[in-house]
Amino acid sequence: MTDVHKPTTRPIKVLVTKIGLDGHDRGSRVVAAHLRDAGMEVVYTPPWQAIDAVVKLAMEEDVDVIGLSCLATDHLLVPKLMRALRDSGLAHIKVVVGGIVPDEDEAALLDAGVSRIFHPGTSLDDITETITDLAGLSLAPNERP
Amino acid sequence: MNGTARDDTARLIQRLVDGQRAALARAITHIESGAGLAPRILGAIQSAIDKARVIGFTGPPGVGKSTLINAVIRELRKRKKSVAVAAVDPSSPISGGSILGDRVRMGEHGSDEGVFIRSISSRGHLGGLSATTAQVIDLMDAAGWDVILIETVGAGQSEVEIAQIADVSIVVCAPGLGDDVQALKAGILEIADVLVVNKADHPLAEQTRKQLTAMLALRRAERREVPVLSTVATSGHGVDRLVEVIEDQYRDTVGHTQVRGPIKRFRYLIANAAGRQLQERLTTSAAGAMHEMCARVSRGELSVDSAARVLLDDLLK
Repeated sequence: MTDVHKPTTRPIKVLVTKIGLDGHDRGSRVVAAHLRDAGMEVVYTPPWQAIDAVVKLAMEEDVDVIGLSCLATDHLLVPKLMRALRDSGLAHIKVVVGGIVPDEDEAALLDAGVSRIFHPGTSLDDITETITDLAGLSLAPNERP
Repeated sequence: MNGTARDDTARLIQRLVDGQRAALARAITHIESGAGLAPRILGAIQSAIDKARVIGFTGPPGVGKSTLINAVIRELRKRKKSVAVAAVDPSSPISGGSILGDRVRMGEHGSDEGVFIRSISSRGHLGGLSATTAQVIDLMDAAGWDVILIETVGAGQSEVEIAQIADVSIVVCAPGLGDDVQALKAGILEIADVLVVNKADHPLAEQTRKQLTAMLALRRAERREVPVLSTVATSGHGVDRLVEVIEDQYRDTVGHTQVRGPIKRFRYLIANAAGRQLQERLTTSAAGAMHEMCARVSRGELSVDSAARVLLDDLLK
């Protein structure tokens, strides 16, 4: 990333979205509303987003973190999204996944660069705290508070 | 700022002017935060702006502004124009956070490289826009986008700021809102260069169009004619005509007033900044005189307006 680092004094900007064919969006809506109430600027999309559309959106909106809701095997597409983000110069964006990720698939996602996986039972506050930390981590070392 | 940061900023500005969308996106983040690099970026791009046409869309919540913009983008893309969109959504007065969902309705352009969409939180600013929307337009202009579409937050009567920075302002209404048409009368209706009745497949649409036309007929005769159009944004019906009318109004504006684009935005920004500075000086350096005026107003010797005039005359002497 050759661009100058982002300013530190601003709200955290998060993209909450779903890739793949699953349409169960209640979870992503609940999380989006909670992040808003935590003071974040949340770009929300409906389900069924194409990977190239997510990459373009994340770039145009200059988000700090992408949160993906995966409930019905869509998590298997996540490594493809991670590659697409890297290829577009967006490796600085942190990605978290929430929903149903079987234990045996977890390593593949983390290896692909996913920062954190939220399993069923995760509290909303845990999600908020993790995203806050990750947004801080995406800053350059000299800009850390 | 150290040497590396300076080089990085110069490179960001160069990439922005070269039309790289990631650079535009990052520059907008800096402008929105208002501090640090914002003045340097804005100073460096001034010579690159003044090409884009800026079209504003405003109107009450739920009338279909985002969907109409989606249809207008489609029409402009047919005409080989590149389109940048700045879509403003309100921030929560309690948490400061926001859900930015306007681009949900513009999903069909999600992979089109000729379209750039940026969601903007109003960050507590009233008036229908964010405090930095005018500068975001400057950046989009400098990045070479042909047409810039601005969507305000769902607006009522006082969200008239859009008229100060757009070359053409479109007020979108919907049928069946009943008295809302009445409410529009004194507020955003007056800033419209074009009025659109969206959802025109609704049975009450024709009635709404007639009401709006009748209201316009009551205005002073020397004011410019405001076309009233009907659209169905979801099907695209009437949108080609809307784009033609926008073009006509744009030519008309440029022909009549010569005040458009950046000059218009600067006029608004400078007037705003001057207002803020005056207020600041009145409450700080002129604090003594202010105190005296407050006393005289409270004794009934002066009206608020006269007191303000005395203070201003004194300050500007």
